[in-house]
Amino acid sequence: MPAVTRVVLAEDGVLLREGLAGVLQRFDFTVVAAVGDGAALLDAVAAEDPDLVITDIRMPPSFTDEGLRAALALRAAAPDRAVVVLSQYVQAEYAAQLLDSGNGRRIGYLLKDRVVDIAEFVGALRTVVGGGTVIDPDVVRRLLQHRRDPVAELSPREREVLALVAEGHSNAAIARRLTVTEAAVGKHVGNILTKLGLPPTDDTNRRVLAVLAYLRARS
Amino acid sequence: MPAEQPHHLLAALASRRFLVSGWPWRAAAYVLTALPVIGVAALLLSPVTLSWAATFRFAADGRFHLPVLAVTAFLTMALGGVGTVLAAPFAALERRRLRIADPRPVEPGPRPAAGTAWLAARYGEASSWQELLYLVLLGTVAPIAYSLLAFAAFLVAVFIVSPLLVWWDGTDLDGVADTIALGPWQVTTPAQAIPYLVLGLALLPVLAYLTGLLAAGHAATARALLGHGEQAELREVARSRTRLVDAFDAERRRIERDLHDGAQHRLTSLSLQLGVARLDLPDDTPAAQALDRARAEAKDLMVLLRDLVHGISPQTLADLGLPAALRDLADRSPLDVTVAVGPGVADRYPTRVENTAYFAASEALGNVAKHAGAATATVRLAHRHDTLVVEVHDDGRGGADPAGGTGLTGLADRVAAVGGRLLLSSPAGGPTLVRVELPCLP
Repeated sequence: MPAVTRVVLAEDGVLLREGLAGVLQRFDFTVVAAVGDGAALLDAVAAEDPDLVITDIRMPPSFTDEGLRAALALRAAAPDRAVVVLSQYVQAEYAAQLLDSGNGRRIGYLLKDRVVDIAEFVGALRTVVGGGTVIDPDVVRRLLQHRRDPVAELSPREREVLALVAEGHSNAAIARRLTVTEAAVGKHVGNILTKLGLPPTDDTNRRVLAVLAYLRARS
Repeated sequence: MPAEQPHHLLAALASRRFLVSGWPWRAAAYVLTALPVIGVAALLLSPVTLSWAATFRFAADGRFHLPVLAVTAFLTMALGGVGTVLAAPFAALERRRLRIADPRPVEPGPRPAAGTAWLAARYGEASSWQELLYLVLLGTVAPIAYSLLAFAAFLVAVFIVSPLLVWWDGTDLDGVADTIALGPWQVTTPAQAIPYLVLGLALLPVLAYLTGLLAAGHAATARALLGHGEQAELREVARSRTRLVDAFDAERRRIERDLHDGAQHRLTSLSLQLGVARLDLPDDTPAAQALDRARAEAKDLMVLLRDLVHGISPQTLADLGLPAALRDLADRSPLDVTVAVGPGVADRYPTRVENTAYFAASEALGNVAKHAGAATATVRLAHRHDTLVVEVHDDGRGGADPAGGTGLTGLADRVAAVGGRLLLSSPAGGPTLVRVELPCLP
């Protein structure tokens, strides 16, 4: 990760846009452009070629999924472009579309609620810039809630671990969160992947993608 | 409270405020614009009407003149042969003109677009023959009725201008006072004509009522023969209900947007500020703890507001369409809900159809969770011909009763308002099937 991350920010609410820009400046991010709609976002990215794009989903003029479409277009043009999409509500479909875009890495889908914990929010941004994938825990929880087969076969602890894996945490981070040893987490992950019929791998990001791809195929 | 405004001429005639309303003028406009139509119709039908008149003349004298009978029969048959085609433009014009006297919608029956199908309809449909009957009335009865009114109007006009006429024409070149005959009376000076002026003015309201009556009679005949009577009004009622549903939907979207652009944005911004404030506080200070509680509350409030906004107008539905919204609905349900989307189901439907279908599925699933005691439910979405079908099936105890206040009546109303219907099968012991059929074009 470069020392200073250059960010293009798209958010139509002026208060929130300025607030976010202020927060980002405090954490070694430089906001090179802050815009209010999808078309301006595309222009700004073309002009600045930033390290990270942060965009709201619902923006003018359509007030539906402007930001998402802009994000998908950016990823189609540059598959490795780091993009974090902020949403006011959970929409698994959007997460799926984002994961399908580009090379499936360096993508983030977060609820706006996450800004209440800035350290975590900034951590998620850094994960994405660093090559990881972050999907909001609420999306993951929603997806896991109704799965009977074969996620239902997972123990509550394994489900907890799976949710954390899906959020993009490493085994060490999960171990810290659950206050267990890293070896125990590794065993859980191995069991999960076995129960879900997925070959074990050390790559965190591929694990996330595999899990979500599996969950996406639900319907 | 002001009395309800009459919506058409016939109702206005019965109102005590008829004379001071705009209706006499509308009646006059209707009657005046009728004159050219009647003139053309009478001219067009004159060969037939004259032959009828001749036949009646002869018949009244007890004579039957064979050539006259033959010509009459031939012309009448010719009218039957081409009359329905002739009547079509008159009917179209008269339907448009009817709005002057009666703005309630009048609808012709469904017509094939053009060509031979149109011709076939001209002869095959009862409404075509009703239009011909209207044309015949326009060429026979209407000239007589309108002439009577014209005579009355002329009489009143002459009464009113009589002083002027006498004054204008009062003296001959030889200086002898001229005499003007008004009916059986003779008038020679303007002063003598004053009573006639008064009478003429007094008769104006009567003339207004006569005009109103004739126009109303004409309009009622046009509505009866050219429109489809009560059906048109029923359609209008159905449409007005649909408009009401649309208005409610639009209002909900507006509220949703206001909440999103206002409250949700501000709350997110507030949460961000709380987050920023927390960054600068060491963990173990009382201020940090208070701030953590504030952050937790802000987070709860965001969830609360999101659920509220979702209940008002589900964003998933507006953004992604019905199949995605139903899957989202299934995800939110405490039950294990399977969503099956049939082949041919599109992603997007008209807003009204989407909203009603979603509302139906949401309400039905809500009922299942609350009353059915079921563990699983299935939502099926299918598109057959021009109908979108939503079925919610559960494995619960059944016995759902629309009279039991389970929201089924409200659901049926909502479905009916967009021209659909709700079917329910719920034997005691289950299972329950709610089926909603909504008309929609593919």
